[in-house]
Amino acid sequence: MAYSDKVIDHYNNPRNVGQLDKKSQEVGTGLVGAPECGDVMRLQIKVNPSTQVIEEAKFKTFGCGSAIASSSLATEWIKGKTVNEAMQIKNTDIVKELALPPVKIHCSVLAEDAIRAAIGDWKKKNGMENLAEATHNAAESVAAQ
Amino acid sequence: MSTVENAVIAVPAGVKLPIYMDNHATTPLDPRVLDAMMPYLTKTFGNAASRNHSFGWEAEQAVENARGQIAKLIGATAKEIIFTSGATESNNLALKGIAEMYRERGNHIITQVTEHKAVLDTCKRLEKYGYRVTYLPVKADGLIDLEDLKRAMDDKTILVSIMFANNEIGVVQPIAEIGKLCHERNIIFHTDAVQAVGKVPVDVNKLNIDVLSLSGHKIYGPKGVGALYVRRRNPRVQIAAQIDGGGHERGMRSGTLNVPGIVGLGAACEIAGNEMAEETARLQGMRDRLRAKLEGSLDYVHVNGSWEHRLPGNLNMSFVYVEGESLLMGINDIAVSSGSACTSATLEPSYVLKALGLGDDVAHSSIRFGLGRFNSQAEVDYTADKLIDVVQKLRELSPLYEMVKEGIDLTKIEWQAH
Repeated sequence: MAYSDKVIDHYNNPRNVGQLDKKSQEVGTGLVGAPECGDVMRLQIKVNPSTQVIEEAKFKTFGCGSAIASSSLATEWIKGKTVNEAMQIKNTDIVKELALPPVKIHCSVLAEDAIRAAIGDWKKKNGMENLAEATHNAAESVAAQ
Repeated sequence: MSTVENAVIAVPAGVKLPIYMDNHATTPLDPRVLDAMMPYLTKTFGNAASRNHSFGWEAEQAVENARGQIAKLIGATAKEIIFTSGATESNNLALKGIAEMYRERGNHIITQVTEHKAVLDTCKRLEKYGYRVTYLPVKADGLIDLEDLKRAMDDKTILVSIMFANNEIGVVQPIAEIGKLCHERNIIFHTDAVQAVGKVPVDVNKLNIDVLSLSGHKIYGPKGVGALYVRRRNPRVQIAAQIDGGGHERGMRSGTLNVPGIVGLGAACEIAGNEMAEETARLQGMRDRLRAKLEGSLDYVHVNGSWEHRLPGNLNMSFVYVEGESLLMGINDIAVSSGSACTSATLEPSYVLKALGLGDDVAHSSIRFGLGRFNSQAEVDYTADKLIDVVQKLRELSPLYEMVKEGIDLTKIEWQAH
């Protein structure tokens, strides 16, 4: 399979790899996907409580090159955006930017899900659940352990 | 920040990139085979079926010589070798031809779940035509249980088709015992021996094989040529032709013979027979070294399939918590293959690995190394170093590896399958 230069670049030089303290009030964690499906993304954001700007974003991904690139790109895009702005990012934007072929579209969907799950987790922590979309994500069960 | 590419793994002297280590998929043509073929691609172009001039006679002589070379490698007689276009055709001819010929005796066929698609899909078609097919499971080591086979046999069973060696995990089935069980019950035994012929000793009489498929391009011969061994005595096996025409190959397979291809297949068989002992020792040494190096530097790796009953050049390993396609992307100067769904057209992980009882997540993490005649130890060392480096970097990126290291039980997490 031929990868676009942008996918290869993100794979070779993934941006914002790492983890944030998931217990922190300012941090939201999204864990999406499943090992048996061949991809799991964990995306975390650190949000400024007064401005609601995403000041930091970190990810780790188990998955193919396109999944790694999609999540790496997602962290790049959401950094510096407000939570509401970040919610506007669509998987199709990721597909376009990375020139993903049709069989890899699910990687971009997963990245969008990861952004929403992280924001949902942050909103829940900060008592803004009503504003959050219904997000049931695996991060909750991790946090519970 | 971790970077996958920036690692500089020194390329040892004498190693030319890219490295080909996917010899179960196909093998390069041995230059000696090409030399044998060349005259038949140029001046000796006759049709082996032309009976009335020297062009035809020369071609026929070359074909008969090759038939003898192939027969010798598997302990058969030349008259028992039927030429085909490759092992897919051989498997189709064997299964459909036997099913048709023995329809009055019964309609039951036994095979196993880890067969190549050329056997599985042929069986599925036969099911549509009213045949009953039993697909035996395999044990965790990839071998069938002979008790399962015995239980599956009934008075309607006409054919057992069990592959000699598996193309993904290299596991070698207990062929002699399977053949014995078949002969005790007057059942025909076919084996797809594409991965085994030329790699491990094959003797159709000692192993009780009645029908056997083999291919040229898996043994350093040309693509587009294969053969089917069909036993003529004790018992005499009959096969209904699936391609009709000029009545070539004793009526079992019509079509003008691919003389250069057949000459190449014959030469490849002769070389394989002469060099098998030396080659086996060399490949096993390199394979064991590759395994030892990988296991020495990485945790959470394991070998898929029986280690003891395995082709000398096969190593199939899972690098857990790293996805196979991303692994291949990091070692793009080495040609190997993966059981990961992302590398398959169907987006399903390897059915062979799943049949061993491995979880999909482990199947997604598998790499198949196929060592062959032209691989060197320096290539093995480079492959090991490069793979270790890429696995370590991808695990720095893997949330699963981090969670496992923190003591989290991944099976307790409510994953959202998608």
